[in-house]
Order: sequence, then structure tokens, then C-alpha cells
Amino acid sequence: MSLPQYDYVIIGAGPAGMAAAVEARQHGLNVLVLDEQPAVGGQIYRNIEDLEEQRPDEFQKLGADYQEAFELAQRFRASGAEYRPGRSIWQIDPDLTLYHIGQDGGPSETCHAQRILIATGAMERPMPFPGWTLPGVLACTAADVLYKSSGLLPRGEIVLLGSGPLLLLIACRLLDAGVKIAAYLDTNPHLAPFQALPYLPKALRGHEYLRKGIAMLWQMFTSGAKVHLGVTGLEADGEGHLQKVRFQQGSAPWKELPADLLLLHHGVVPNIQITRQLGCEHTWYEKQRYWEPVLDQWGNTSIENVAVAGDSGRVCGSANSVLTGRLAALETARALGKIDLAQQTALAAPLLKKQDQELAIRPFLDTLFPPRHPWLVPKNEETLVCRCEEVRVREIRDAVRLGALSPDRVKPMVRCGMGPCQARMCGLTVSEIIADERQVSPADVGYFRVRSPIKPVTLGQLTGVE
Amino acid sequence: MFQSPPNVAKTIQITFEEKTYQVAPAQTVAAALMGEGHLMLRKSLVSGETRAAFCMMGICFDCLLEIDGQPNQQSCMIQVREGMNIQRQLKKGECA
Repeated sequence: MSLPQYDYVIIGAGPAGMAAAVEARQHGLNVLVLDEQPAVGGQIYRNIEDLEEQRPDEFQKLGADYQEAFELAQRFRASGAEYRPGRSIWQIDPDLTLYHIGQDGGPSETCHAQRILIATGAMERPMPFPGWTLPGVLACTAADVLYKSSGLLPRGEIVLLGSGPLLLLIACRLLDAGVKIAAYLDTNPHLAPFQALPYLPKALRGHEYLRKGIAMLWQMFTSGAKVHLGVTGLEADGEGHLQKVRFQQGSAPWKELPADLLLLHHGVVPNIQITRQLGCEHTWYEKQRYWEPVLDQWGNTSIENVAVAGDSGRVCGSANSVLTGRLAALETARALGKIDLAQQTALAAPLLKKQDQELAIRPFLDTLFPPRHPWLVPKNEETLVCRCEEVRVREIRDAVRLGALSPDRVKPMVRCGMGPCQARMCGLTVSEIIADERQVSPADVGYFRVRSPIKPVTLGQLTGVE
Repeated sequence: MFQSPPNVAKTIQITFEEKTYQVAPAQTVAAALMGEGHLMLRKSLVSGETRAAFCMMGICFDCLLEIDGQPNQQSCMIQVREGMNIQRQLKKGECA
């Protein structure tokens, strides 16, 4: 049996994956890039090549970082790395054999890597509330994807809910495109700005981000959208699709709004499906309440020859993703004997300096937008937590009371995490609910054991796997 | 609840629930259907409640459709192709 062999297999063609591929090719490595999406750019720079070519006016509006990302995409295309779009990983073996399938339903393919880089980015943090499965309720990044990839704009009564810079950014992008936003429900705790204050001096080193943030706030507050601050509760309602939302601020009476679309955002969390399946060590990041793989400065995980770059490590944004991608590629070039330690150190020095500058604002942002409790653990016990198997808060609490003290114990009792999404949408909430019920930290409760296949594979696709 | 851009060349023909639509190329099935006003894509397996695409990036699996006879396809990940035949999955418990 002879599998296709690569020095370096990179999973993900977003900013981190593309930057790593370009760097690795410069040092003569044989590189394969597998990406689930049909085009390069990841989620943040989704459809970037097509946008630049087909919709130049809209591309210009997206700003200077899109120009830079477009140039990165061009360098990636010219790098000589083998690029396979539309491929999903469903298993990686400890010897770094990778199994992947296409969106076309074709047979599974297998290859082998000397070293692997996981650059699978981040995903929206799911925060359940009653009615969040109704058609018309979407993640705010879904609206962004629809705009960038298809030019679709929301219409009707549009309500945004959540907190954080990405929600503001997407809101402002919609406003720029002429969309009228009816209401903006901000869930950030009133105290958060005071708690973030100690981190402000350091954050001033990233003043360009602060300036952008203030400009976006100004645009939102003057846009004509009704802004409601300190929102602590939400319900979506409608017959077959969203028709209205009800919300509460603190202990004030509930208010109702008509709504055709509800766009949600509670920050993003690392996509750790692959690092979990591989068995990499993870740790609980308390400030943003998510799991992240344990990494060194080169992105190395606890498993030899497996590294992580970009937001699938810790969520730090696209500019940092590019830097971590390049650092990881330098480590691989050294590990495979293409450069020596002195060369690696010299090449990394300017990248590490830039990274220090880039990360200056993160402690401020991570404190300013804390995921807060009424959203992490829904108060309404009938709220669906697991969308696939339709498991409610009450059922999970009951399982804990019966002695199931971890997600893997709760899972066989109530089926949460056993549907096609394989706990991507409920995993964090299940850990939070168990922790809440037990009055301990999610760090003590742990997460689901993620097993292969991490994407649904048909028997037909499996035939032919060697 | 989503508006298609004006002046876009709709060069691909797809069939959804026995009706044909002209849609723009280089977009996913879920996006193309939303552009044609179809938000609801399936019914849930357990309760039969209506569902639609939620994340648009391959995470939530709420956009599953039958495409060219293959059930449970992630329609937010698959590009439209000429002549594609798409059906909703409406039965309870209908999952491979």
C-alpha cells in the first residue's frame, strides 16, 4: 500500500493556512492544503478572490485588510502548494495518516504527512434560548457569509443580538450596504467596561483597533436602529418561522418586537474538533470560557508533529493568524531539516515582534466582552440545547442529578451530542450546564470525547479506503 | 427574508421541490435557495419542527437536503451545479 506522502499537510485555507503554506513552500517543503470550503479565504475572507474580480466596488468597501488578504491568496496560489478545496477530514491516525472526503459524495481518500498543521479557525459560540431553532434565526456570521458569497442582503424587520466586535463589524457592514436594522440588542454586562479598564493602557498599543471600534459604535448608535443595552433574556417566536422576539433587560418587564430575521453573536470559539479527535491536550480559557489546545510559541500541540495556527488555537484575529501560520511553518522547516535553529530564530524574530504588537489589545477585548451567565446556561429549563437530538436543559440537569457528572456520562442517557453535528453546537453548553448543576468549573467537568468519524461518512464513501 | 443582488447573471438552472429556478453560479445551494425566498429547508428528526440553515459554515447540520438523490447533504457547503435536483427532508426520523 503506498499512500500519497507529504512533508506538511495543512488543514484550512484561511489566513493561517495560506500563510503557513506560502512560508513552507519558501523552504522547499512538499505541501498539501485541504480545505472544507469551495474557495480560499476561510470564513473571514470568504470568497475573496471572486469578490475582488466580480464585485470590485464591494471589495473596496471591505477595507485595506481585504486587499492584504487578497495578496496573500495570490501568493498562496503561486506558491506551488497542492490545494484541494471542498475536502473534509473525518479521521487522523496517530501516525499522521489523514482520511478525507469530498462534498461531491466521492470515495474517501487517504494520505500521510510528516507534520500536520491544523488551521481550522473558529466558530460562533452557540448560546441557546427558546426559539433559536426557528427559521429566520441565524448566526450573524451566516448573514456575512451570504453577503460575501452571494451578495444576499437581509430585508424586513432585522434584529441583532449579542455582543463583541464582530457583531458590530457585521452590523456596520450591513448598514454600509444600505440595510435598515430595526433593533440592536446588546447583551454585554454593564460592569464589563470597568473590569476591562486595567487592560486599556496596553490596548492603546493597538490603537488602530480601538479607533475602528469607536467609529463602529458611533455608526451603530446614529443609524436609526433602536439600541437596547444590558439585555439578559430572549425568546424567539413564530409559526414555522420567526415572527417576533421578546427580550428582557435585568428585571424589567419583557418587551416584544416584530422580527423577520434575528442575527446572533456571542463571540467566536476555537474549532477544536480535529485536535480533540487526535487526543491533543486542551485547557479551559476562563476569560472567554472555551477550550483551547495547549500550544507553545510555534503552535506545537502535546502530540509530536501536530501543530495549530490561527483561531483554532486561541481566538486572536486574522492578522495574528497569519503570523502563527508562518511561525508554525518555520518550526516545520526546521524539524524537517530545511533550516537550522539559528535560521529559524532569525526568521521568527520579526514575526514575534509583530505578534506582540498584534496581541496587545486582546486582554482588553477578552475582558470587555465576557460570555455571561444567563446566556451560557439558559434559565428556561425547556430550552433546546442539542439541536440535532432536541435535548433540553432540564434533561441534562436531570441526568446530572442521577449521577452523570461529565458530558460523556450525560450523552448516552439523553443523546445530546449524538446527532450529525457531533456536539459542535451543544458541547460547550453541556459542559456549562453540568458545571452549573455541580457548582464547579467547566474545567473540572471536561468536554465530550470527540471520536472518528468527525464528519458523517457513508458506507459508500468508505469502500475503497485502504 | 434575504434579497438577491440586482444585475447578477443567473446562469444556472436548479430544481427545488419540482420547481425550476435560475440562480447565480459560484454559490452554495443553501444561499441560492435563500436568495429565492426559501428559508425553511427541512423538518427536525425528533419533533418535526421546521428548520433552516443556521451557521452557513458547515457546523450546525441544520441545512441538510436531499441533492440528486443523496440524502443529508450539507447544502451550505455544496456549490450549485447545472441541473441539480434538490428536495426537502420532511419526514420525522429521516436520516441515514
